[in-house]
Amino acid sequence: MSRGGGGPGPAGREADLRIAPSPHIRSPDSTPRIMWTVVATLVPVVAAAVWFFGVAALLVTGAATFGAVATEWAFDGRDAVSDGSGVITGVLLGLTLPAGIPLWMAALGGAFGMGFGKLIFGGLGQNVFNPALLGRAFLQASFPTAITTWPAVEAGRATFYQSNLALPFLQAPEMDAATAATPLGLMKFEGETTELWRLLLGNTGGSLGETAGLVILICGGYLALRNYLDWRIPVSIFATVAALSGVLHLIDPAAYPGPLFMIFSGGLILGAVYMATDMVTSPVTAAGAWLFGIGIGVITVLVRLWGGLPEGIMYAILFMNALVPFLDRVTLPAPFGAGAGGAAGGGSG
Amino acid sequence: MSLFDLDFGSGFRHGVHPPDLKDLTSGEAIRRMPFPDMIVLPLKQHAGAPARPLVKKGDRVQRGDRVGEAQGFISSPIHASAAGTVRDIRRWPHPDGSMQKAVILDVDPHDPQVPRPRIVPEWSELEAGQVAGAVRDAGVVGLGGAAFPTHVKLSPPEDAEIDTIIANGAECEPYLTGDHRTMVEHPERVHFGLRVMMHALDVERAVIGVEENKPDAIEALRRTIPDDLDISVVSLRAKYPQGAEKMMIKSILGREVPSGGLPLEVGVVVQNVGSISTIARVFESGYPLVERIVTITGPGVRRPSNLTMPVGTRIADAIEFCGGLTEDAERVVFGGPMMGNAQADLDTPILKGTTGIVVLTEATAATGPQYPCIRCGRCLQACPVFLDPADLGQLARAGQFEEMTELDLDDCMLCGSCAYVCPSNIPLTQLIAAGKNQVRRLRRLAQETEDGEATDEGESADGSPEKDAA
Repeated sequence: MSRGGGGPGPAGREADLRIAPSPHIRSPDSTPRIMWTVVATLVPVVAAAVWFFGVAALLVTGAATFGAVATEWAFDGRDAVSDGSGVITGVLLGLTLPAGIPLWMAALGGAFGMGFGKLIFGGLGQNVFNPALLGRAFLQASFPTAITTWPAVEAGRATFYQSNLALPFLQAPEMDAATAATPLGLMKFEGETTELWRLLLGNTGGSLGETAGLVILICGGYLALRNYLDWRIPVSIFATVAALSGVLHLIDPAAYPGPLFMIFSGGLILGAVYMATDMVTSPVTAAGAWLFGIGIGVITVLVRLWGGLPEGIMYAILFMNALVPFLDRVTLPAPFGAGAGGAAGGGSG
Repeated sequence: MSLFDLDFGSGFRHGVHPPDLKDLTSGEAIRRMPFPDMIVLPLKQHAGAPARPLVKKGDRVQRGDRVGEAQGFISSPIHASAAGTVRDIRRWPHPDGSMQKAVILDVDPHDPQVPRPRIVPEWSELEAGQVAGAVRDAGVVGLGGAAFPTHVKLSPPEDAEIDTIIANGAECEPYLTGDHRTMVEHPERVHFGLRVMMHALDVERAVIGVEENKPDAIEALRRTIPDDLDISVVSLRAKYPQGAEKMMIKSILGREVPSGGLPLEVGVVVQNVGSISTIARVFESGYPLVERIVTITGPGVRRPSNLTMPVGTRIADAIEFCGGLTEDAERVVFGGPMMGNAQADLDTPILKGTTGIVVLTEATAATGPQYPCIRCGRCLQACPVFLDPADLGQLARAGQFEEMTELDLDDCMLCGSCAYVCPSNIPLTQLIAAGKNQVRRLRRLAQETEDGEATDEGESADGSPEKDAA
C-alpha cells in the first residue's frame, strides 16, 4: 500500500481487477438453462408416450433427436449443441410422429428440420419457422402414408414395430400391429366422436405426443410459472379454439364437435404449449403474443372443420410464424411519456 | 414478465427485481473515516461544464476553500475537502474511465481540519434566487449519481408551475445503503432541507418516496415530519429502477413526464435525499459540499461500511479503511452494480456524486458466455420506458444509428434492466450506450456542418481521431 506517494496502490494486494460494462450483476436465467429445463419437462411427456405406445416411442423420439443434433453438431459444432435447443427440436419432432414410423424417416425429419428450419437461417435465434414443425411438414409431404399410420394404443410397454426398422426406400413400411384411427380422423371421416375421458388420459390413437394432454398441460404450467414460456400464447389458442368451436357446436351440434373435444384431440395441446411458444419463432411483445395465439386458434379450427386434413395445428403455427416480424412491429408499445402530450400536460393538477 | 408480475394500478410498469443485497451495510451506522494523506479533486464532478481551477501548485488551502469555480450556469464550484497544500494540478484517472484535470492536495496531518468560520445564510429571509445562489456557491450537486447541479433545479423558468417536490429515497440500486442510513439517522435533516426547498420554490407539498424494503427509514421520517409542513412519506414497491426520476413521479403522482421532457413539465422537482440533507447542512452550518456518505460494500470487501469521507478520497484509501479487498475480489464498481462503472485503477477518487463502491467477486460479478438472442422478449418486458432493447442492440452492432433513433433511442436512460435480464448475456446496455455516443457525435458533426464553420476543416478535425481509434 503506497500512501501519499501518489503511485498506484491497490488496497492490500496487487490489483487484479476486471473491467466490464454495467450492469455488473445478472439474473440467474441463462439461455442453456431455459432450453435444458424445457428438455427436462419433456421427459414426462416422452414417458407417457412410452406408456401408451411402448418402447417404440423412445426409439422414434431418439431417432428424431439424433437426426437434429447430429446435423447441428456437423455444421455448427459442439458448442451449438450444448445450449440444448437442438435437443428440443428433435424431441418435439419425435412427439409429432406415429409410433410405427421407420426410424430412418424420423432421423431424416430431424436432420431436415434442423438444417432447413434453423441452420440455414444462421442457427439459434435466427430462424423464422419452428424447426420441429418444419421437419414434420417435410415428412408429411414426403411420406404421407407412414406418417398417418397410427398404431393402436393397447400395444404393451415393450412393443416396437417391425416398421420401425424398415430400410430407407427398400421396403415399404408394413404395419405389423393393429392400427387405429385418431379421434380427429374418426370425427372428420367417420363423423364419430371419442369420449372425453379417453382424450384426457391419452388412451387414443395418434402421434406420440398427441395423446398425453394432461401431462403436457402440467409440464407447460410449470414452465409458465418459471417464465420459460409465454402463457399468453397457449391461453389465447385454447380460448380461441374453444370460443369458435363452441359457437359452431351451439349452431349445429351434429356437424361440429364441442370445445372440449376440439382442445383435447389431436396435437393442439402439444402444439399450443410447446411449439407455438418457441421463443425464437413467437412474438416478443405481449400484444403480439395474444394476436399470434388467436391467429393459430382460428386457422386450426378452419383447417380441422373445412380443410382437407384432419389436423390443422401444424400449418396454423407455421403460418403464424411467418407473421411474427409483422406482429412484433405493429405491437411495439409507444415509449414512456410518448402519450403524455405536450409541455405541462399533466402539470399542477 | 412472469405470471405473477402483472402491474395493475399504481406504480411504474416493467422494471426488474434484482436481489437487494443491502444486508451487508443496512444496519451499519454511518462512521467518519479519518482524513487520508492525499486528496484528488477532479474539476469535472458534475453534469455540465467542468470547473476552472482557482489555485496553483504550492498554494495552501483550508478545508472548504474554493479550488475551482463554476463555468457557466450548468456547472458547479469545487471546494477543498481537507486543509493542506496543492501538490499539483494535472490529469488523473477519473471514475468514468477517462483522464481529467484534477487538483491534487497533500493533506496536512497536523491541521485540525476545522472549516473556516462562515456566515450561515438565514434561509427564511432569502428570496428564491438567493437560496439557489447559496446552494450553487456551496457546490451542491445531485448526490444520487448523476451529479446534476442542484441550483439549476432550484431555479425553474418563470412560467413553470411546480406543485410538488419529491424527495427521492428509493435507493433502488442493490447493495447501496447511504441514503437509507441518512434517512434513519438524520430524518430531521431531510425535513429541514425540504423546508428550505419548499420555501425557495414556493411549493406547499413535498412527498418522500422510499422503497418498502427500508421500513425503519419510513418510520423515522414519518415520526419526525414537522407539524407545519405538508410532507408525506410514501412506501414504494422495491423494484428497479424505482429511483429513476420519471419512474418515481409515475409511481407517486401517476404523472408521466413527456418523452424527452423534464419533471418540471408535470409540475415536479425531484431531488435525492442525500442532496436534500446536504442543502440542510449548507443552511445549518454554512459549509460547502466537502464530504459525503459513501457505502463501501460487496462480497469483495472485508468490512463493509457506510462512511462519511472527504470528497476526493481515493478508493484505495477507503477500501483500506474497510479492511482491504478479499482474495477473490474481482471487480470494483463505482456506484451501484446496475449502472456503476468498473474501475481499472484504485487511485480514482470519490466524487460528489459517488454513492458507493461495490466490490464484486468472481462468483458474484456478471460473466459467462454470450449466446445468440433467442427473442425471449425479457428485455422488452423489463424496459421501464418500453423500448425494444433487442433490436436496438442489433442495430448498434450493425452500425445503423439512424435506425436506432427511430426506435426512440433518446428515451433510453441506460438503467441496465435489459442486460440484467438477458439470458444470453448480450451486453445490451453497452451496445445501446455506444449507439447513443455515436448519435451524439453525428449530431454534433451535422450541427457543425450546418453552422457553416469551414466544413472541410471541421470534418477532418473530427474524423482523424476516429481513424486512430479504429
